[in-house]
Amino acid sequence: MLKSTAALPRSVARAAVRQQARTLATVTDTPVHIHGGLRDQDRIFTNVHARNDWKLKGALSRGDWHRTKDILLQGDAKIIQTIKDSGLRGRGGAGFPSGLKWSFMNKPGWEKDPRPRYLVVNADEGEPGTCKDREIMRGDPHKLVEGCLVAGRSMNATAAYIYIRGEFIEEAHRMQVAIDEAYAAGLIGKNACGSGYDFDVYVHRGAGAYICGEETALIESLEGKQGKPRLKPPFPADVGLFGCPSTVANVETVAVAPTIARRGGSWFASFGRERNSGTKLFCVSGHVNNPAVFEEEMSMPLKEMLERHCGGIRGGWDNLKGIIPGGCSVPVINREVSAKVLMDYDSLKDHGTALGTGAIIVMDNSVDMIKAIARFAKFYKHESCGQCTPCREGTTWMMNMMDRLVEGRAQEREIDMLLELTKQVEGHTICALGDAAAWPIQGLMKVYRPEVEARIAEFKAKSGDVVFGGELVKDIDFGRAIPDSLGAHVERHVAAP
Amino acid sequence: MSALRTALRPAARAVGRRTISSSSARRSDNLMVHRDSAHNNPSTPFEFNADSKKQIEKIVARYPVQYKKAAVMPVLDVAQRQNGGWVSLTAMNAVAKLLDMNPMRVYEVASFYTMYNREPVAPNFVQLCTTTPCMLGGCGSNKILEAITNHLGITPGHSTKDGKFTFIEVECLGACSNAPMMQIGDEFYEDLTPETTVKILDALAKGEKPKPGPQSGRHTSENSAGLTTLLEKPYGPGEHCLPEFQ
Repeated sequence: MLKSTAALPRSVARAAVRQQARTLATVTDTPVHIHGGLRDQDRIFTNVHARNDWKLKGALSRGDWHRTKDILLQGDAKIIQTIKDSGLRGRGGAGFPSGLKWSFMNKPGWEKDPRPRYLVVNADEGEPGTCKDREIMRGDPHKLVEGCLVAGRSMNATAAYIYIRGEFIEEAHRMQVAIDEAYAAGLIGKNACGSGYDFDVYVHRGAGAYICGEETALIESLEGKQGKPRLKPPFPADVGLFGCPSTVANVETVAVAPTIARRGGSWFASFGRERNSGTKLFCVSGHVNNPAVFEEEMSMPLKEMLERHCGGIRGGWDNLKGIIPGGCSVPVINREVSAKVLMDYDSLKDHGTALGTGAIIVMDNSVDMIKAIARFAKFYKHESCGQCTPCREGTTWMMNMMDRLVEGRAQEREIDMLLELTKQVEGHTICALGDAAAWPIQGLMKVYRPEVEARIAEFKAKSGDVVFGGELVKDIDFGRAIPDSLGAHVERHVAAP
Repeated sequence: MSALRTALRPAARAVGRRTISSSSARRSDNLMVHRDSAHNNPSTPFEFNADSKKQIEKIVARYPVQYKKAAVMPVLDVAQRQNGGWVSLTAMNAVAKLLDMNPMRVYEVASFYTMYNREPVAPNFVQLCTTTPCMLGGCGSNKILEAITNHLGITPGHSTKDGKFTFIEVECLGACSNAPMMQIGDEFYEDLTPETTVKILDALAKGEKPKPGPQSGRHTSENSAGLTTLLEKPYGPGEHCLPEFQ
């Protein structure tokens, strides 16, 4: 018994031992639950690598659309209860409990509301590092169509719109084919699956805007406007798409619903730690030997995950510099933290980062961490929609300052100025893009500040003193009135003659 | 103020010196202003052809009748495809007329989203992702950028003289496990190396259609050293389900 746990990271082994508290009367050992190492029979996305037929025939052979009618006939309350029992949390980044979110659509007296009701599926996968929904749409499009129907039934929706990012042309095509097949087979549309429930599914393609992954921006975009987030409240469950009650959910969240309904909430809840249950698609990019997308159990240790599924870090674990565990919006963690962290919402939150979309970006020692984060700053500058001033201006300032820090052309005090700037943006905008732009920089300064300081010192030694804003002191004509606020006097040791 | 300007002058010089008379710096990705030109003005001919009209009819049917304008994005895409990869002013006007929208509302949409080109592009529209995951993964997008720049002799934001290629840098295209990658037209080319990149560009220049997807021999985004998941035959209908679903 102990022998089998010896190879595990200590934290997991300890948790396992704790679970094993037993009395003298116990005769058999309860099996030790080790997170990770999901068996193929417990994977939901069985065609995630698109190695088998993705069309209806293949989907049917993999158990999709199996007695969907019986799921629909369970009724909204039962489906939502199953999802609640499963502990499923939103897979798009925020991790909000899905069952609860879906239940917001069924407020008391919803039947009297004559408006149509919509399920909107967020397939605008724009977060750098994330490429999981794409694999679902390529390999398992019918899982998503069926998921739309089941999730739509649970919230009594009349139709679903799948908002696919514009660049995913092949993926949108496959979704459309899958929808057409499902219509032809009577699985969706009027009297879907023979259940007496009418439900339509439509595809809507975006046109290249990261901000449209935000739920209200996505709704605006679907309505044929610029993708600029709306103020909440009213929340989409009250006034959403076309002024009707709507719920926006991630592809993966929706696509797992039918399998959970068929296999039971407790089956799904048996994976991962409490409050972090289930299986999830993880996408690994960057400096691992074999980057890949795969489905694994939640709460698997990050290190083990990379070694088992991605052939480990290039040049070995000791060559690791840092990992961004959930897409570009979350703070980076260093090697020490990476070694002990579990891939779930709570463990990552405890270590000052987040699970996000499960997009693991690995960086080895060859990476210039400042440059990597500066590239993210450029990304956010490019993608800010321009609606809120702190974000529109802040992202540009952050990018400019980060670009100078890559070179080291700054004063040390500017690190704190930059951090203050991120604090001014964070939480002061309508949507979370401002926060997302701030966090990577805050994470960089928290973990790698000495490196940034060294870069500044190096530049200073090479090129001389710098004023705020990146100007070299030696280039300044002090014959003119230079504002004190440029900080020139701080670094100028000898008065100009 | 003038002192500050003097102090900041060398920095401005690094960006590109401008005189008072020159117009503002123009960047391809956020050029919000339309100026009439020989190829793009209010009398440039544009009309939806029969094929486009058929597609548009299908598209408009997806949205509630009173929300016809929700179709503006897909219809603009149809217009762009018909117009050879870009939307002219008249194409936008045609979309507005078709969907009963104010033309300004269409211009707003067309200028907000990066996939609408409001200037002509070459038939091979090369979009290289250079966001961090692509910058790190594989051989790194910097090498690919260099390879394309050297091979085509243009920097991002320009077209080749022969009119075959337009090359731009874009943000994350969502194929990060297959980094580095680029999109040419509708196709993703993944797992690139400088050699395969040049091979693809050569094939396109000759009018061939290279095979899209990973160029490394991978099928999609599985572990390239051999599968680590989904080794067994996928389970069938009803298997492992609750008793009532078996």
